[in-house]
Amino acid sequence: MSFSHLPIKGSSPLRSQFAGVLYSQAFRSTIYQVAMAIFVLFAGYYLYSNVMENLRAQNIATGFRFLSEVSQFQIGETLIEYSARDTYFRALLVGLLNTLAVSAVGIVVATVLGFSVGIARTSDNWLLGKLARFYVEIVRNIPVILQVIFWSVVIRNLPAPRGAFELWGAGFLSNRGLTLAMPLGHPSHFWMLMGLIAGIILSVGAAKLVRRRNEKTGKHVDSLWVSLALIVGLPLLVWLVFGAPLEMSVPQRTGFSFSGGSTLSPEFVALLMGISIYASGFIAEIVRSGIQATPRGQIEAAKTIGLKPWFITRYIIMPQALRVIVPPLTSQYVSLSKNSSIAVVVGYPDLVNIGNTVMNQTGQAVEAVAIMMIVYLTISVATSLVMNFYNRLVAIKER
Amino acid sequence: MAQSEILEQSTDLPPVFASGPVQWARRHLFSSVGQTLLTLFVAAVSARILWFVLNWAVLDAVWFATDPQACRDAAGACWAVIAEKHRPILFGMYPYDQHWRLVLFIVIYLATVVASLTPACWSRRILLPLWAFAVGAMTILMFGGVFGLPYVPTSEWGGLPLTIILFTGSVLFGMPIAVVLALGRRSPLPVARGLSVIFIESLRGVPLITILFVAVNIFPLFLPAGMEVNKLLRITLSIAVFFACYQAEVIRGGLQAIPRGQYEAAASLNMTYWQTTRRIILPQALRICLPAMTNHVIAAMKNTSFVIIIGLFDILTATTAVMQDPLWRQFYIEAYLFVALIYLVFGLALSSYARRVESWVAVGRI
Repeated sequence: MSFSHLPIKGSSPLRSQFAGVLYSQAFRSTIYQVAMAIFVLFAGYYLYSNVMENLRAQNIATGFRFLSEVSQFQIGETLIEYSARDTYFRALLVGLLNTLAVSAVGIVVATVLGFSVGIARTSDNWLLGKLARFYVEIVRNIPVILQVIFWSVVIRNLPAPRGAFELWGAGFLSNRGLTLAMPLGHPSHFWMLMGLIAGIILSVGAAKLVRRRNEKTGKHVDSLWVSLALIVGLPLLVWLVFGAPLEMSVPQRTGFSFSGGSTLSPEFVALLMGISIYASGFIAEIVRSGIQATPRGQIEAAKTIGLKPWFITRYIIMPQALRVIVPPLTSQYVSLSKNSSIAVVVGYPDLVNIGNTVMNQTGQAVEAVAIMMIVYLTISVATSLVMNFYNRLVAIKER
Repeated sequence: MAQSEILEQSTDLPPVFASGPVQWARRHLFSSVGQTLLTLFVAAVSARILWFVLNWAVLDAVWFATDPQACRDAAGACWAVIAEKHRPILFGMYPYDQHWRLVLFIVIYLATVVASLTPACWSRRILLPLWAFAVGAMTILMFGGVFGLPYVPTSEWGGLPLTIILFTGSVLFGMPIAVVLALGRRSPLPVARGLSVIFIESLRGVPLITILFVAVNIFPLFLPAGMEVNKLLRITLSIAVFFACYQAEVIRGGLQAIPRGQYEAAASLNMTYWQTTRRIILPQALRICLPAMTNHVIAAMKNTSFVIIIGLFDILTATTAVMQDPLWRQFYIEAYLFVALIYLVFGLALSSYARRVESWVAVGRI
């Protein structure tokens, strides 16, 4: 079939060549992209010049010089030494450490709660499963801010230390927060921490060795127990070497307050409870989907060849579940640390709360917000890098 | 040994699968000693909690009382605080004698949303006029200034209608942005792809609060001197953009699920990029990720509560402010439970709707 009867546009060879370039995919996409880039650059420059002009008109300084100025405000809760004579930089550092502290504890609490509820959710026991589901639906559907405010008001309305609730001899719950018994400071603690870190590092190597030995000899030893023995055993050994110091600082009621122990402030406890209970609902669902990701047929097959229930859990369900659980769990951890930024509603001095104070004092909103954003971006990226590394460990090993 | 001999020797009867409540309970509650103990323990604990809640919330509760003293004397919940304070909680600082406008607003809103979620109404001829009418009517009701309604500035808006406006506004503005961002991220043009990735990932990496700070404190600096954008609009748009970045990732998942053949078929029909996207790709992609999109819609609803930090009077801020009243302050649990219940009802309704949509998608009804 021939199309020669159709009229051809652009009869001259030069014009048709030009049209060919004009209508070509490559030429067009270059033009679009150049236009896009120019538009973004121009918009960026326009906004930047507006900001500069407005700041000049309002007599607001620019740049990060304010960081070395004296902050002149107090912070209620600090992990490092800080006074109103310190700089804005140190104030923000205090805030960052507080953010990291509440996020770290929150991640631990949310993980423990979430895994318990998630496992309960998959239980064969109908009652337990339903109860867990009820918890998840309630906790996930109420805004985290509402939960944090709720716990904050609850704690504020708890009885004063005189009538504080006693927690099985381990501490008190009162409107001053949560006061817990703590081991007295002892040089062994530092070395126990070192032992723990060494245990974690060694356990990775040990697990490999055990696996190699299992493959060579055909006798089975679970690397989990070896790793656990190293991680728990090494700090325990250090503790025994130091003569097993057992002195605890147990809180006592003293009229209007407590002596001894260490106290978590009401703001910290409210924020911690709010963000970790909220996250636990999501984590429970992730854990449930992970456990249910193992097809029934595999479990039935494992039973058929006579594997013991623990063996099935450890070698059939767990490896496959972790693969499903880890990626979304990562994003839950990141979103928990981002949720800690609502600390300002209960007055816990986290990065955003202090950044807000800095912003109001110096008027340098752009710089203050930029600092908050960069810090959170760094936390997000760092967490996902670490988790991606772990994910690669548990991912399917393909040949 | 022949097969028939084996069968004859076998004395085992086939397993009996009896049904009925007793068998059900035996299988799901008392299958072993451990399970039985667990069931009894859980039942005992939950019965105790239930009994306490029943006593507190119903039996000993005070339902109506104009004097908080009646509540203080009772052992149970003080639902009277809701009866007493429901108007400032639900409607914030909106002029008291104009509250009927907000009631009407909520009724129109709910009716429109219910209609929009019904598949029978899913046609442009019904939905477009419906939303045009609803948005027009709701705007007139909120602002006033015409038909003899007194004008109410946005700074006096509050309570549930404000939460609804923030939520609906952020979803309506956010969805188109999300589609554009998702298409950008899947675009063959490297510059478009790069810009979308940077935009999506940097906004997903920061907390919503910092974006609200940008909207409130920094955005005015972006504008030339003398120009202003309404604060409520700025905040709605910032929640919308935040929502869009998360939704874009869901839509990208939907786009990735479209088989290559669909693009190739469209290309062989000589369809342009936009024709392919609009007629072939997006309708399928959005259908695939409809259930997953609901999660972020629910999240957007919960995220509206963040405005308490920048001082907008949504339902949570209003409740917190109302609960400063020294007479009723001690009944804060009841007030917060009331607000939590509102969020819970909307959230559960949306997620159960999503489950139904999921089953429709599964049987190919939509």
